[in-house]
Amino acid sequence: MTDLTLASRRPTPSPVRSMTPVPPVPPTPPVVVPPRQHAEESAAPVVRIAVHHLDAYYGASRTVRDVNIGFHDGQVTAIIGPSGCGKSTLLRCLNRMHETIPGARTEGEVLLDGQDVYARGASPIQVRRRIGMVFQRPTPFPTMSIRDNVAAGFKGFGGTAPSRRELDEIVERSLRSAALWEEVKDRLKDSAIGLSGGQQQRLCIARALATGPRVLLLDEPTASLDPISTQKVEELVYQLRGTVTVVIVTHNMQQAARVSNRTAFMLGGELVEVAPTSALFTTPKDPRTEAYITGRFG
Amino acid sequence: MSGPATVQPSRVTGVQVAAAQRTARSLGRRRVVNTIMLGVMYVAALVAVLPLIFILWHLAREGASSLSLDFFTKMPKPVGEEGGGMANAIVGTLVLLGIASAIGLPIGIGAGLYLAEQRGTRLANTVRFLSDVLNGLPSIVMGIFAWQFLVRPLGHFSAAAGGIALGAMMIPLVTRTTEEMIRLVPVSLREAALALGYTRWRTSLAIVLRTALPGIVTGALVAVARIAGETAPLLFTAFGNQFWSLSLDEPTSALPLQIFSYAISPYDDWHRLAWAGSMVLIGLVLVISLISRFVTRSRFGGGGD
Repeated sequence: MTDLTLASRRPTPSPVRSMTPVPPVPPTPPVVVPPRQHAEESAAPVVRIAVHHLDAYYGASRTVRDVNIGFHDGQVTAIIGPSGCGKSTLLRCLNRMHETIPGARTEGEVLLDGQDVYARGASPIQVRRRIGMVFQRPTPFPTMSIRDNVAAGFKGFGGTAPSRRELDEIVERSLRSAALWEEVKDRLKDSAIGLSGGQQQRLCIARALATGPRVLLLDEPTASLDPISTQKVEELVYQLRGTVTVVIVTHNMQQAARVSNRTAFMLGGELVEVAPTSALFTTPKDPRTEAYITGRFG
Repeated sequence: MSGPATVQPSRVTGVQVAAAQRTARSLGRRRVVNTIMLGVMYVAALVAVLPLIFILWHLAREGASSLSLDFFTKMPKPVGEEGGGMANAIVGTLVLLGIASAIGLPIGIGAGLYLAEQRGTRLANTVRFLSDVLNGLPSIVMGIFAWQFLVRPLGHFSAAAGGIALGAMMIPLVTRTTEEMIRLVPVSLREAALALGYTRWRTSLAIVLRTALPGIVTGALVAVARIAGETAPLLFTAFGNQFWSLSLDEPTSALPLQIFSYAISPYDDWHRLAWAGSMVLIGLVLVISLISRFVTRSRFGGGGD
């Protein structure tokens, strides 16, 4: 897939895109999971993650209120909403990262491939290994080389650890998926903190993709990046369609419009509306959604 | 006669000139104050390192003449005989530091990790407070304590007792620096590791502790350097020994002890040896400090730069 086709498929081109020269993007390498047909094109989308009556608390304050939503397989779902609306918290509930904060807890169900990740006896470690996550700020491990960062998800999990050669292949494939390979292939042994912010963020995406998760959670992945790096990450998210189920939290409505198949709007901890992206931005059903996307608040 | 329209601007200009003159005056005064304060700080900085320079210079003058290969390889000689060295004291100090590190580092680093991980809990706050108290404990008290609980029950002085006393002094130092260094590791790194499916203990060890390691090593070396010169805890424990001893169960000599006993002796020969011993001790501390600087700068150094 070339950059041209990418750009032409975007619903609303960003102003940045038209102003800055688009750097040549290498031909899309094969991504980690073998590609399947785009879910948006098939008749009935498969729900990869189903959320039922989810409540999330920080101590006594209830940040997510009775949310019900399904994340479709192979699609990009964007969660938008004003600051403090609970969108990041909802995201962190999906891979049980919410509970790592002292005093935080959840109620309700999150079904990953039909299994409740909060079921009695379910291991948060297993859940997190099946769901990749990338945060607002790049978080490369500073003591590790670029290669070791990408391979970090394989360390110390015993029995099924891949061999060195397999790991080298996985590292290359993941870095190609994250559109970073060409930039770092000659310095895989260098420290990861020598990379620029945008490169670090793509490294984190490569690290999250390396273990072959079926779901990738992105928590405002471009909030700390410059426009060019943002564009690269957005292109990357776009390319992941069809192979990985992506849930992206973003402040930026244009970004949601550019990269997502479906968009969910949250307000005050509640899920107001979820719809195909074009429908949500052109014909929102809820007046609050309309008020938000037309810039009347938030 | 010119109208008010022309007078007005000239009056305004006059006000502006006065303001400019005031600004210039106050700017001049600021420059003077700035220069004086800068000078005072230069002097203060110089005075701060002056004692070290003076000590080093004095040590070199008094001790250098007695410093030779013999000093490092030979045993102490009786009064009146020329030469002799402090080989046993140097080795004794290294043995004591080894015992102290073997006790102080694992406990200190473990406690520091605990304090950083369980930040807000009551137990952590109590441990932190007690650790600070222990840190402020006079070293002579630590010596008496070790004597009471190690030397007296066993019936004799020993290197082990000295090492344990020094190790106990190291624990709070290492605990606090470890905690501080681990706290410098961003929470986002911990979250990134957890999100990759790392277990909690693996996150703590492989990511958090590893990232803080250069700082922790520096802290550990500073603690070692700090206790290397301690004399008081050794007076009632390691006690000192004129003879060669590598046994942990026997009294052993140490540089600070040897310096102490030679310095209070009435013989000029021994005084010179005490100066030389001081030089070696300071050299040892200096080397440890240099190593810690080197470690901090090493490849992939976290927290540091």
